[in-house]
Amino acid sequence: MIHKYKLNGYNIVLDVHSGGVHLVDELTYDMLDNVNPPFEEKCPENIIEKLSRFYDRDEILSCYEEVKELYNEHILFSDDTYEKFAKYSVAAPLKSMCLLVTMDCNLRCRYCFAETGEYGMKKRKLMSFETGKRALDFLLENSGDRENLEVDFFGGEPLMNFDVVKQLVMYGRSREKDYINKHFRFTVTTNGILLDDEKTDFINREMSNVVLSIDGRKEVNDRMRTHINGSGTYDEIIEKYKKLVEKRKHQNYYVRGTFTKHNLDFTNDVLSLAEQGFKEISAEPVVAPAKEDYALTERDLPAIFSEYERLAQAILVSDKQGKHFNFFHFMIDLDQGPCAIKRLRGCSSGNEYVAVTPDGDIYPCHQFVGVEKYRMGNIAEGKINSDIRNEFAAANIYSKDDCKNCWAKFYCSGGCNANNYTYNGDIHSPYKISCELEKKRLECAIMIKAAIAAEEQQED
Amino acid sequence: MKHIRTINKANLKQTAIKGGCGRCQASCQSACKTSCTVANQKCENSK
Repeated sequence: MIHKYKLNGYNIVLDVHSGGVHLVDELTYDMLDNVNPPFEEKCPENIIEKLSRFYDRDEILSCYEEVKELYNEHILFSDDTYEKFAKYSVAAPLKSMCLLVTMDCNLRCRYCFAETGEYGMKKRKLMSFETGKRALDFLLENSGDRENLEVDFFGGEPLMNFDVVKQLVMYGRSREKDYINKHFRFTVTTNGILLDDEKTDFINREMSNVVLSIDGRKEVNDRMRTHINGSGTYDEIIEKYKKLVEKRKHQNYYVRGTFTKHNLDFTNDVLSLAEQGFKEISAEPVVAPAKEDYALTERDLPAIFSEYERLAQAILVSDKQGKHFNFFHFMIDLDQGPCAIKRLRGCSSGNEYVAVTPDGDIYPCHQFVGVEKYRMGNIAEGKINSDIRNEFAAANIYSKDDCKNCWAKFYCSGGCNANNYTYNGDIHSPYKISCELEKKRLECAIMIKAAIAAEEQQED
Repeated sequence: MKHIRTINKANLKQTAIKGGCGRCQASCQSACKTSCTVANQKCENSK
């Protein structure tokens, strides 16, 4: 299977099953519409006849030889040999945990999928140290031979329960010593309101990554990210974020925003954050029911596609000006990325990754919290529902009908199970809008790599 | 080649043979909290 597209002046061909990315001329681009394996020794006359209206015969013949050569090298029209691996998609050791140290928030962001921390459960709670401690023990006990254990302090707003966060980090560090090769990688996702010097220094010392929520331009941020009294938050957080990022030497962080129907020109928000000096930037499409005035719908797709293209071009321009920054969803490693096995089932929610609430309830991920059907048990019980775990473990790109034959399957890995459930009521049924957005982002990400490669060739 | 330029190693198939060690991070533990991207992760198998 191949996927070919034109973007920003480049003709790009992705060979789906080898991961090969090829830059091709117009002739090849057109020829690929007319050929398919198995290839004949000589270019068939009907193809020559069809293409010779536009191209020289000798060129057509040499182009055919190149296509055939890449096919023989298994990097064009390569076979799908992965389905056999998908059969081994079974439960794996636990290695990651999202700890909802609060189910409460000091903000009232209009688009919050966690419903300002309550997750639809109509009760605001803080996690106790005892519950968190049991959760870390549970992770250690169920981690098998996994060495790196990831724990994200999430909420609500985790800094509202920062004493417990600190205690848990210290406890985790003390437990590492009981094992030869276990290491906690703590991360935190915060809205920044409660950040002060002490918390900033602790986070920078102990957290391997930090996600700082902000939506971009002040007016965009303050429309959605508000205090209980409705006032905006931008002015309170921007300097705190700059300080934190400066202190951690611009390493391992993201400023992360959400875009909605109200800021379909979100490139301006990403650029605004870049102008403020941030180098690691993410902007996610809002997760919201279509009835909300800010929700993204199918009708918004053309505008969002154009905007992703504009953002990709803006990144290339910034690079040329020596002002490099990363956009999370355009980051792609075409050579050293995750192995094909990892790509079969993506984030591994409900299997290698779970979320734990202040009450100790376990869910497949933070986005499933409150969905009773997917409550996997409680930390106090010391075990999780194996039926649910097996269901998530078996969810892979070959168990999802829409993914099997999709060109993007090795890059999105079957999409977000929570999105699939939220919109389609089935973790195996990808949500079309998410798919379309992901595919566009991938096209842009690959184009950026192609542009850089073309530039390097010119310099040579 | 005159018409086609391959810009990467196209090594996905080789990664399937040695892959699956599980050392890499879970995708949702970084900036991506509401949508899934896997290709931006790193392989952490240094063994």
